[in-house]
Amino acid sequence: MRALEKRIEKIVEKIKPAFSKGGRFAFLHSTFDAFESFLLVPGTVTRKGSHIRDCNDLKRVMIVVVIALAPCLLFGMYNTGLQHFLAMGPRSELPGFFSLFWYGFLKVIPLVIVSYAVGLGIEFTIAQIRGHEVNEGYLVTGMLIPLIVPVTIPLWMLALAVAFAVLIGKEIFGGTGMNIWNPALLARAFLFFSYPAYMTGDKVWIDGFTGATPLAAWSEGTVLTDTHSWTDMFLGFIPGSVGETSVVCILLGAVILIYTGVASWKIMISCIAGAALTGLLGDLPVHYHLVMGGFAFGCVFMATDPVTSPQTETGKWIYGALTGALTVTIRLFNPGYPEGMMLAILLMNTFAPLIDHTVVAINVKRRMKRIAAHG
Amino acid sequence: MNKRIFLDPLFKNNPVSILALGICSALAVTVKLEPALVMALSVTLVTGFSELILSLLRNTIPNRIRIIVQLVVVATLVILVDLILKAYSWQISKQLSVFVGLIITNCIIMGRIEAFALINKPFPSFVDGIANGLGYGMILVAVAFFRELLGSGTILGHHVIPGNWYVANGGFYENNGLFLLPPMALIVVGLIVWIFNAKNDKKVWNK
Repeated sequence: MRALEKRIEKIVEKIKPAFSKGGRFAFLHSTFDAFESFLLVPGTVTRKGSHIRDCNDLKRVMIVVVIALAPCLLFGMYNTGLQHFLAMGPRSELPGFFSLFWYGFLKVIPLVIVSYAVGLGIEFTIAQIRGHEVNEGYLVTGMLIPLIVPVTIPLWMLALAVAFAVLIGKEIFGGTGMNIWNPALLARAFLFFSYPAYMTGDKVWIDGFTGATPLAAWSEGTVLTDTHSWTDMFLGFIPGSVGETSVVCILLGAVILIYTGVASWKIMISCIAGAALTGLLGDLPVHYHLVMGGFAFGCVFMATDPVTSPQTETGKWIYGALTGALTVTIRLFNPGYPEGMMLAILLMNTFAPLIDHTVVAINVKRRMKRIAAHG
Repeated sequence: MNKRIFLDPLFKNNPVSILALGICSALAVTVKLEPALVMALSVTLVTGFSELILSLLRNTIPNRIRIIVQLVVVATLVILVDLILKAYSWQISKQLSVFVGLIITNCIIMGRIEAFALINKPFPSFVDGIANGLGYGMILVAVAFFRELLGSGTILGHHVIPGNWYVANGGFYENNGLFLLPPMALIVVGLIVWIFNAKNDKKVWNK
C-alpha cells in the first residue's frame, strides 16, 4: 500500500509541470488539479491563521457519503438479480447467491458508468471553460442517481436526465454549494415528468415482466398488509428503484453518515417523526410508510444534503418534519403521484432559505427584546 | 434610422429575451408550433396597427386619459383579430382560447405605445410595432419549435421523427413529456435568454 502511494506521488510530481502555468497542457490545469487532489491529500496549507484543524476537504467528505452508499448499491445489485429470477421462475429454482449478484451487477453497473461519464464530463468541461477547479459535488450525485432510478431505465434517458440536472440544476446557479435543489432528485424529477411510463413503478421490472412495486400496488388499492410482509419490505426483498428497497442497508449508511458528522441526525429524526404522525391519518399502518418506496433513502441521503437543507439547527427540525409530513400527505391524498418523497424534498429545498431566514429573524427579534427589557 | 428601429427589437432589445415582457403567453401557447405562429402573427398585427393609430392620434389625446384611449384602440384591434380567427380558423381559435383576448394586456403593446408611439411619427411607430411583434414572435416560434419537436415528435403536425425509432415499434426513442408541461417552456425561454445575453455585448448590463 505504502509503495503504491509513493509511486502515485512520484507520477503526479513528474507530470505536474506540464499542467502548471506555462506548461504544455496548462489549459487542462483544472482537470489535473481534480485528479491530483482526488489521489493525494492536498499539500497546500493556509498562510494566515487557520480555522480548520482537519485535512478533510470537500472531496473527502463526499467520499464518506459514497462509502455510506455502498451497502445500498451492493444490495441493490443482489436484489435486481433476485427479483429477475423470482419473476422468471418459482422460488425453488433460484440460482445461487453469486449468480444473482452477478446478474444484477451487469444490470446496475452501466447505469453507474453512464451517470459518472456524462456528469463528470460536463463538470470537467465547464470547469475548463470557466477556469476554476472541478466541483467535487458530482462524486455523490453520480452515485445517487443510479440508486434512485428503476434498473430498466434506458441509458440514453439517464444520460439526458444527468445532463439536465448538472447543467440546469447546478452549473447555472454556480456549481456545487450554490444549487437550490438536490441535483440527483432533479434528475429523477426530469425522468419522472418526461418519461412517466418508465418511472411510475407499475411496470418497472425486468425484461417484459410487469410487476408492481408495493407502493404502486398500494396506491391502486391493494391492501398491503395482506400481500407484503413488513419484514420483507424492511430487509428490501421487494421490487423498486435500485438502492431504495433495503432499509437495513440505508440504516447502515445512516450510521456512517451520523458517526462522521456528514449528515444531520436532526433532519432524519424529524423527517421520520413528521411522516409517522401524518401517517396516522390514513388506513395503512404507519410503519409501512417508513419502509415503503423511497422514503427511507430520501430521508437519509437526500433530505440531509448539506447544500440544499437549512443551515440553522432549529431550521433543520422544521425542514425535516415538513418533508416527512408532506411525503405522506402526497401519498395519502394525491391520487396522481404515488410517491411523495421526491416532490416533498424538492419543495422543501425551495423553502430551505426561507426557513433559515425566518429562524434567524425570530432569534434576532427575541434577543432585541431581551436587550430592551434589561435596558 | 429606420433600420435600427426595425432591427433593435429583434435582437438588441428583444421584448421577451431582453426586456422579459410577454412571458406569460410565451409559456401558454407554445405547446404546438401552429398556434404559436398564429399568436405571433396576431400580436405583430395588433402592435403594428395600434402603434400606427395612436401615433396618428398622439397630438390630440389628453395626457390624463391616454391609457384608456390606448386600451380602446388595442381592444378594438384585438376583437377584430379574435373575430377573424373565429371565422376562418375555428380550431386554432379554440386552442388559443383566452390568450387572444389577453393580447390587450400584453405588456409589450402597452409598453411600446407609451415609450414609442406617443412621441414618434406614424411610420416609424408602425415599423416599431411590427418589429416588436416579430421579436416576440421569433422567441415564441423558437420555443414552440423545440417543444413540439421534442414533446410530440412533430412539426406543424407532421411526424418528423421516424416511426420506427419509437419503442412501440421496436426502436429506442420516446417523446419527452416534460416538454408539454409549462415548466419546460420556462426553462427553454431561460436558455434562449442565456444565448441572447451571451451574444449581446455586456454593456447592456453594465450601463
